[in-house]
Amino acid sequence: MIEVPLHEIAHGRAGDKGNRLNISVIAYAPAAWPIIKEQVTARKVHALFRHRGATKVERYVVENLHALNFVIDETLEGGVNSGLNLDTHGKSHSFRVLALSVQLTSETLESVRQARELAYQREIQPSRLRTMT
Amino acid sequence: MESFLIGCGAGFSGDRIDAAAPVVRALVAAGKPAAMMFETLAERTLALGHVARRKNPESGYEAALPALLAPILADCVRHGIPIVGNFGAANPCAAARRIHDLGCSLGLSSLRIAVVQGDDVRDRIDLDELSVWEGDSGLPESPEELIAANVYLGAREIALALTQGAQVVVTGRVADPALALGPLVAHFGWSWNDWGRLAAGTMVGHLLECGAQVTGGYFADPGYKEVPDPATIGFPIAEVSSDGSAIITKPPGTGGLVSSRTVKEQLLYEIHDPAAYLTPDVVLDLSSVRVECAGHNRVRVSGARGRPRPPTLKAMVSFPGDWLGEAEISYAGPNALARARLAAQTISQRLRLRELDVRSRFDLIGVASVFDSDKGELQDAATAECDDVRMRLAVSGKAPEPVEQSLQEVLALYCCGPAGGGGVRSQVRNRIRTVSYLVPRELVAPTVSFFEEGQS
Repeated sequence: MIEVPLHEIAHGRAGDKGNRLNISVIAYAPAAWPIIKEQVTARKVHALFRHRGATKVERYVVENLHALNFVIDETLEGGVNSGLNLDTHGKSHSFRVLALSVQLTSETLESVRQARELAYQREIQPSRLRTMT
Repeated sequence: MESFLIGCGAGFSGDRIDAAAPVVRALVAAGKPAAMMFETLAERTLALGHVARRKNPESGYEAALPALLAPILADCVRHGIPIVGNFGAANPCAAARRIHDLGCSLGLSSLRIAVVQGDDVRDRIDLDELSVWEGDSGLPESPEELIAANVYLGAREIALALTQGAQVVVTGRVADPALALGPLVAHFGWSWNDWGRLAAGTMVGHLLECGAQVTGGYFADPGYKEVPDPATIGFPIAEVSSDGSAIITKPPGTGGLVSSRTVKEQLLYEIHDPAAYLTPDVVLDLSSVRVECAGHNRVRVSGARGRPRPPTLKAMVSFPGDWLGEAEISYAGPNALARARLAAQTISQRLRLRELDVRSRFDLIGVASVFDSDKGELQDAATAECDDVRMRLAVSGKAPEPVEQSLQEVLALYCCGPAGGGGVRSQVRNRIRTVSYLVPRELVAPTVSFFEEGQS
């Protein structure tokens, strides 16, 4: 087993509504999904935001999208209403979650990386070629 | 039945002004029935509009309205593509007048412009009798003075305006997905209790409402998630079938990308319970949605489920807020981190010595600036040598004076602070506080009217 940042096997986005923050964590490939579901727990995410006063973390498992959705209460230190921090919306915090460590075999990591690279070739390269012609 | 196309020309107030034209060109080239939507109303934008309207009764709508519509209005009218936007903000009637004037200047003097009103409920509600939305329950008690109170209206009035022949529909506050659902219901004739299709149309609107956020905007992560030509990202187009399933795509020849990843990120954006996304028209359940690649820059979304709409509407209520002040100073080169920390300690002491009535926070930009707490645990724990640090002070207070005096202390570091400080910048602004309340539907009476020349 090796330890890598969640960022290697998942992507995500943060959004806010009122004093609530939501952060999605989406598997890059099917092989990453069981690891994410098992290791990226509400308890671990809560620990990331405890210094900011988070009172509650709800974790939703979105099986059909191979994604988790975390809803975090009271972590915006006043948010857009009265926060003193630069990012009052909390938009940068998706990458705080993606910095969590996960454990997996090097084979799994390699297969997820390949899937990521394959998507790159499938999605990006055709448009590059089109731009050139 | 032929599909119906919806293009999005803006995802927030402040979005790229040149994004709509390629979308309209693609809709025209497709030659199918279509509509354009513009979402320009963030949580605070509307309250700022009310403040502007108090100073000038003809203002209060989206300031970029003429710039957004001028490049596309004539093409949309010529090709029968109605435009729906919440750019009316705090003054939809004035926005309609401005669009009428714009139309006249383009030789389109008989534009049919509909105005949806009824979102402004300041005179209809008593906050003491309403409950606060649970996501805001931790917010402190609200002061008496109220700047704005607007409910999120649904898609019905938009659909009604379109079936009566509107070429432009101007709204104030509506649920963002309603900007797409309205045209879909008007076109396909879906019933208002066909919860499955209303949910599907709401999902389409949710995917489009942030513009480029579904076509490669707010997505790039070099080496992990590449985005081609981010300077010319194409804004989204949904090709919607009569059953509500849709293809998400973008105009040819534009930058960005549409992939299952861009679609999934936007699908969950600002979602809480994925099985219960509450809107005025329907409760959307995303838990059986399928996202599939359907070709290059084409992603098919289907499987949205719906449940009956909630009994209450959400209202965004705005109050005058505190004064926020921010000031920064930079330290670089040998021992920069120690000098920046000394600057922060010095300011902290000065605020105490002068007994300024403010709440304060310090950041060390380059060490920790967005993940940290107001108490600064992360920056205190940081040990890495950093040779370019920007010390930031943020203060807030009920009155502007102590805030301004606090910022002046950062300026005074020029002569009194640690060695080598440079680049002081500071700003003060008055904030708006918003709290969401739940409003029973019977207190709200939305209307549709058509703009007539000479109307005040």
